Amino acid sequence: MTIKDIGQELAGVIGKCDADYVEAHLEESQTSHVVYRGRELDSIGRATAIGGNVRAMVKGGWGFVSFNDLNNLPERVALAVKQARFVGREASQLVAAEPVVATVSVEADRDPVAIPLAEKKQLMDEYNDIIWRTPEIQTSTVGYADSRKQTIFLSSAGSFIEQTRADITLRLAAVAARDGDIQQVGLSVGSRGDFSILQSYHDEVAHMAERAVVLLSAPQIKGGEYTVVLDPVLAGVFVHEAFGHLSESDFVYENERVRRIMTLGRQFGHPELNIVDTATIPGLRGSYQYDDEGMPATRTYLIREGKLVGRLHSRETAAKMNEKPTGNARAINHRYPPIVRMTNTYIEPGVVSLADMVGGIKEGIYAKNWYGGTTSMEMFTFSAGEAYMIRHGKIAEMLRPVVLTGNVFNTLENIDAIGDDLTMNQGGGCGKGGQMPLPVSNGSPHIRISRCLVGGG
Amino acid sequence: MEDLLAQAVVAAEEAEVFTVSSEGTLVQFEANRLKYLQTKQQTSVALRLIRQGRVGYATTTDIGERRNLVSNAVETAQFGMLAEFQLPASGVYSPVAVFDAGVVSVANEAMIQLGEEMVASVTAYTPGIICEAEVAKGTVSVSIRNSRGGQADYRKSYFSLGIEGSLVNDTDMLFVGESVSSCHPLSNSGAVAGAVLRQLELAKDRASVPSKSLPVVFTPGGVASALIEPLMAAFNGKTVLKGASPIGNKLGQAVFDRKFRLRDDPTVGYRPSSRPCDDEGVPSQCTTLVEEGVVTGFIYDLQTAAMAHTHSTGNGSRNHGGLPLPAPSAFVIAPGDTDFTEMVQDIKEGLVVEQLMGAGQGNVLGGDFSGNVLLGYKVENGKIVGRVKNTMVSGNIYQALKQVAAIGREAKWVDGFLQTPPIYCPGLSVASKR
Repeated sequence: MTIKDIGQELAGVIGKCDADYVEAHLEESQTSHVVYRGRELDSIGRATAIGGNVRAMVKGGWGFVSFNDLNNLPERVALAVKQARFVGREASQLVAAEPVVATVSVEADRDPVAIPLAEKKQLMDEYNDIIWRTPEIQTSTVGYADSRKQTIFLSSAGSFIEQTRADITLRLAAVAARDGDIQQVGLSVGSRGDFSILQSYHDEVAHMAERAVVLLSAPQIKGGEYTVVLDPVLAGVFVHEAFGHLSESDFVYENERVRRIMTLGRQFGHPELNIVDTATIPGLRGSYQYDDEGMPATRTYLIREGKLVGRLHSRETAAKMNEKPTGNARAINHRYPPIVRMTNTYIEPGVVSLADMVGGIKEGIYAKNWYGGTTSMEMFTFSAGEAYMIRHGKIAEMLRPVVLTGNVFNTLENIDAIGDDLTMNQGGGCGKGGQMPLPVSNGSPHIRISRCLVGGG
Repeated sequence: MEDLLAQAVVAAEEAEVFTVSSEGTLVQFEANRLKYLQTKQQTSVALRLIRQGRVGYATTTDIGERRNLVSNAVETAQFGMLAEFQLPASGVYSPVAVFDAGVVSVANEAMIQLGEEMVASVTAYTPGIICEAEVAKGTVSVSIRNSRGGQADYRKSYFSLGIEGSLVNDTDMLFVGESVSSCHPLSNSGAVAGAVLRQLELAKDRASVPSKSLPVVFTPGGVASALIEPLMAAFNGKTVLKGASPIGNKLGQAVFDRKFRLRDDPTVGYRPSSRPCDDEGVPSQCTTLVEEGVVTGFIYDLQTAAMAHTHSTGNGSRNHGGLPLPAPSAFVIAPGDTDFTEMVQDIKEGLVVEQLMGAGQGNVLGGDFSGNVLLGYKVENGKIVGRVKNTMVSGNIYQALKQVAAIGREAKWVDGFLQTPPIYCPGLSVASKR
C-alpha cells in the first residue's frame, strides 16, 4: 500500500471523530549524503523513512500522536482525540479554511536522490581537491545531502493534498592552521532539488579556501559600535533573525504585552524599508503551494514603507488575532506538529549603489557572508564569515570573523541605506522549537546600519 | 534483526545492525496554559557493513524496506571509506543504571500537575510574565548485533521538567528559564521554579557596564552557552586526527589552569546522557580529558581510533543519523573550592553571565566565543546590582581557561550533557552600547 492509499482509508476515520478538528500527515522520504572530513571520505549513505501523525483539537486543546508504524491507525486517531479532550478547556478557534483536494506535482519528476552516488561523489571530490590545493590548508569539510519527500495531508474538513518536494544542501569549510592558530571559513548553498545548480561553485570554493589562509594574518577588531555595511547574504540572515522571528504570530498572539508593541502601523524603520515573506516564488527552498495545515501559500508584507503591516500566521493564531491567514504553519517532519515559520524572507531593493553606501563612511566595517545567527526576539546576534575595515570610504584590510548584535526595536531604524542589488541566499536552515534545519531562504540588497554593536577580541 | 544481519553477511564480510526504538509523552504549556499533549513512537534500523574492505551504510524507519537496506548499503560500500577497525566481538558490559520503570507509570494527570505548579509559582512571583513549560517522559531501547558475535541491548528512561518565562515591558524583554532531567521520575517542580525566581530577583533592577576588560563569572548555564562548544570540538578525536584541534599535539602538556579538570563520563547512574555502551557496542568508560590543566586524552569511536593508532573510548555516536562519529556523552568539569558568593564578593566591577546568546557562531575550532548577554548581571563592589543588556562578551577559551581566578564548589547539570560548576575568569573583553 502506498501512503496515498493509507491516507484514503484514514480519511474515512478522521471524518467521523468526535472532535472539533482532526488532521493527519503521512510522509515518505528518501535521502542520500556524501561527507568528507579532510581528504578522506567520511560517510556516504542512503536512508529511507516513513511515518505520520494525527493532530486533533477539542475545546481549544491539542492532541498529537506521531508514529512510523503505520498499522492500527484508527487507534492512533482515537488516542489523539482523547489527548485533545484531556487538554481542552475553552473554545476551539481556527480560521476558516476551504477544503482543498489537490495533487501538487511541480517537482514530482525532480529526484536528486536517484542520481548515482558516483556522480555526487565526483563533484565533492572536485571541490575537496580545490580546497586542498590551497597552501596552509589544514583540513576541510564537504557535506552534501539531498532529499525527496512525498507528503499527504488530510483533514476532517475534507482536504486531501498530495505534495512532493526535493531539497539539496551543500556545506563546505576550509580550515587553515599556522603555529597553533586555527582559522576556518565556510560556504553554504542549496537548491530546490536541482543538482545542476550545485555544479558551478568551483571559483567560490577556491576563494573560500584562500580566505581561510588570509585570516591567519588578519587582525581582530576592537569591540564597540560601528557603522556596518552588510552584503546581501548577511543582510538576509539579519532580516530573518532581527525581524522575521518577531513577526511569527505564535510569539505574539497570547501575549498581551507583545501584541501592544507589535501593533500594526507601528513605525519600525525608514520609509524606504520594505520586508516581505512569501512561499509563492517557484524554485526557492522556502516555497510551497500549501502549508502543513493545508492553507494556500501567500505573499505577506511584514514591513511596508517602514511600518509594521503584517505578520505570519497559523490557522489558530490568525483566528485568535482576527487577522487573515497567511499559510505559514510548517513542520520539519511528521514527528512534530506544524508551528508558525518563515518561508522566503527578504528586504526589497532600494536605489543606493554599494560604492555610494561605503563612500560616506570614515571608519566602519564591511561584513559579508553567513556564519550563523540567532534571536531572543528583542536582541539578535549574527556573525559574518568575512569582514573588512572600511576606511575613508574605501574597503580596506580583512578582519577576523565578527559577531554583530543589536536590538530589533532600534536597529531597523538605524538602517540608513538600502542597495539596488537584491540577491536571495539558498544556503540557510532555520531552527525553532527543536525543529531544525527547516528549508528557508533569505535575501536582501546591500544595506548600511549605523551604530551596530560588534564584539571584539 | 538477526534476519537482516544474516542477509547482510551474504553480501559482505562483516555487518552490524543497530536498532533504536523510542516512545515518549510530552505535555506542553503555552502562554501559561495547557496547550498540547503529545505522544511519539519511532523505530529506526541502521545497517553498516564492510564489503571488499570498505564501509557501506544505509538506514530506514520503514519496517517493510529492510531488503532495500542491504542493497542500499552495498551500493554505498563501493565508495565507502576503508574500514580500519574491527567490530567488537561479544563483550562484557559493566552495568550502568539508566532505567527506572517508575517513569513509565507516571500518569498524564501527574505530568500536567507538575507543569501547572511550575507556571503557578513563576506567575505568582512576577505578574505579567508569560511562561512556556514542558514536562516530558519516555523510554528508548537500543539493540546492536554484529557479525563477530557482538551484541548489546539496553533500555533507558528519561523524565524532564522545563520552564521558560518572558517578561515584556514595552520593548524591553527579559528571558529566564530552567530545566532538569533524569532517568528517574521527577516531582520537584518547586526546585525548577525556584531557580527561575532567583533569576527574576537578580534581574529586577537594570545596570550598565563600560566597554573594557572586566572579570566575568560564568554560572553553569553561562559555561554551557559560552565555553563548551569549542572544548567539545577540540577534544573530539576526529578534529585531532585532522590536525584541526589547537590542543591535538599537546597531550601531556599544561594548556589550562591547574584548577581545571575535565572528563567525559557516560557511567553516572540515572543520567539521560549515560549508557552501558556506545552506539557501536563498545563498553562505556569514563575518559579523563584534562587533569590539573594538563591535556590527558581525547574521545574516539572505532574508525577514528584505528586511524589514530589508539583505542576507542566508547564515544561512537549516531546522533546525526549517519555513521558513528566520536561525540561526547556528557562533559563533566570537576568542582573547585570557591563558593559562588565568594567569587562575586571578589569583584569590584564585573559581570555574572547566565546565558550568552550566539557565542558559538565564530571560529569555534580556534576557541573563539563572542555573544550577547541574554541573561547576566552587573557586579559592583562584591554585590550583584542588576541585569545588563546590549552587552557583548568575547574571548578565546584557550586564553580564558589558561588562568581562571576560581572554580566553583557546586556543580550542576545543564542541558542534559554537561555537569559544571561556575567558572570565574579574571578578564574578558566586554563591549556595551551606551
